[in-house]
Amino acid sequence: MTPPPLLEVEDLRVEYLTATGRVRVVDDVSFTVRRGEIVGLAGESGSGKTTIALAILRLLKAPAAITGGRVLFEGRDLLGLGEAELRRVRGRKISLVTQSAMSALNPVITIGEQLVDAIEEHEGVSRRRGLERARRLLELVGLDGARVASYPHELSGGMRQRVVIAMALALEPPLIVMDEPTTALDVVVQRELLGEIARLRDQRGFSILFITHDLSLMLELCTRIGVLYAGRLAEAAPARQLAAAPRHPYTRGLLGCFPELHGAATRLVGIGGTPPDPRHPPPGCRFHPRCGHSLPACHVSAPPRTVVGPDHEVACHLLP
Amino acid sequence: MSPAPLIEVRGLGKTFAVRDGLRTRALHALTDVTFEVHRGEAVALVGESGSGKSTAARVIARLLPASSGELRFDGADVLARRRVPLSFRARVQLIFQDPFASLNPVHTIGYHLERPLLRHGKARGRAAVAARVHELLDSVGLAPAAELARKHPHQLSGGQRQRVAIARALAVAPDVILADEPTSMLDASIRVGVLNLLRDLKEQRGIALLLITHDLASARYLADRTVVMYAGHVVEVGPSALVMAAPLHPYTRLLISAVPDARGSFATPLAARGGAPRLIDPPPGCPFAARCPEVHDRCRRELPALRPVSVSRLARCHLHQPAALSAAS
Repeated sequence: MTPPPLLEVEDLRVEYLTATGRVRVVDDVSFTVRRGEIVGLAGESGSGKTTIALAILRLLKAPAAITGGRVLFEGRDLLGLGEAELRRVRGRKISLVTQSAMSALNPVITIGEQLVDAIEEHEGVSRRRGLERARRLLELVGLDGARVASYPHELSGGMRQRVVIAMALALEPPLIVMDEPTTALDVVVQRELLGEIARLRDQRGFSILFITHDLSLMLELCTRIGVLYAGRLAEAAPARQLAAAPRHPYTRGLLGCFPELHGAATRLVGIGGTPPDPRHPPPGCRFHPRCGHSLPACHVSAPPRTVVGPDHEVACHLLP
Repeated sequence: MSPAPLIEVRGLGKTFAVRDGLRTRALHALTDVTFEVHRGEAVALVGESGSGKSTAARVIARLLPASSGELRFDGADVLARRRVPLSFRARVQLIFQDPFASLNPVHTIGYHLERPLLRHGKARGRAAVAARVHELLDSVGLAPAAELARKHPHQLSGGQRQRVAIARALAVAPDVILADEPTSMLDASIRVGVLNLLRDLKEQRGIALLLITHDLASARYLADRTVVMYAGHVVEVGPSALVMAAPLHPYTRLLISAVPDARGSFATPLAARGGAPRLIDPPPGCPFAARCPEVHDRCRRELPALRPVSVSRLARCHLHQPAALSAAS
């Protein structure tokens, strides 16, 4: 029998509870992350990808609230945990790396002290042993261990983001959630850092939930990918399968939105129209106003999830 | 003889004074930048942060004074005149990364387009101005025009706002549009529409385009030629397709190998490390020497010149210069 997945998100629903009513920004999203996997969540602004990341870590702030579903981590539902238990999960079991984390480093404390603080908070090791661990962590992410003595302003953006990743690794959590971790970086530095992340994952076997708007980057890095549209999962598939044989019209459209660096410079078609206003989503399939293949059913009912292959699910009425 | 280029940049330099304790030091943002944009041509300036691409665009748009060098527009020396003539402002239009920051939140979209029409005398009389505004909105794919003209910037999506910025640039019938990262804040499905719009303006109306971008794939999609910048220097110039397929400069090769590609793999290590170059007290020689995998002694002593390598291509690299080849053999 296969072991249960590390993370199992089931019918997750997140709503903004506003004075004028409820706005559903994540609508019954389900996916899993197995041990050692890098699972990607792709989507454009407003697709709900960051909301899902924050919901998993129970970091959503009002008016956003989880109003349905389960988030099973190592078999335990995180949605049922109290604040004290959650603190033990965050950092030690699941850590978070965000796009802006590198600007969240404390400017008046050395890198080493900040790493030691993170380790001490959870493990109560001595200052000296903590500093030794901090040095090794920096070396792990490709920085000079002597950088423990540096202040954040003495490091470049790429180096600061490495420090943030070192912090996420500090307690060796089995799952790291990365939300646009390299978006603010130049392409060469981005590639170095992603190479480092992939190498560490191979060495240590942790899992990553990787969130980005950049589908080409995701196709290269991830094992499996979920494509979100307006708060719903349109398609989920192994990365190679998604690139080679996408089934949802939105996925196909999105893949056609990235100009190629090589090959024929044909005109891109893109996707007409704009994503819906989350306060007034269209009825039925949320993509139908922009879809070139919509059927009468698409205007009325949300398409069910259809399994079309191993690990490959599509929510589209066009499928039999 | 071929006619003068529309924009001719020769040996352009720009330094900024940076306070460092009690001393003031020079930050070399641009050094000996040379390239040209011909009528109806799209040229991309590509590079990472600190490469000087945005500074170059600002100097060319005369938003920043140059420290040295020449800038000619349609054959005329532009830097010689202290004041920027209105005719230059009309012929060279700008589009920025953040269309929200460049539109005034208290005014309607219609107002934003009427202003340049009136200021540059492109339309007269209420009816003619309104008709022209609608025409402009139509031409950038914003419909229904009458309804959009009455809206305010916050009622529009990012892609729609960038289209308004493009419509405003078109209002004065420019010869060239300088676009600084025009699509980097837009979602992928919206970005394609704006890229195609810029492509159509060039192909259908013959408007030249100077595109400033960090995205090599967009540069290749839009630009006939690509100018690669590193540490304020032009390191390579050539037809975009050739630059991407067979880069000459080791820095261009590094940049291209770093672009995510579904067929590639992170397992392949890069030839050199990333990181910002030194722009204050830059070392002598080639600015890329410290990171270059193919560096030799001469690179650390002597800055190579930007020289032709073939009919259509230039590189600033000792590896591609006859002297280096003969010395190596």
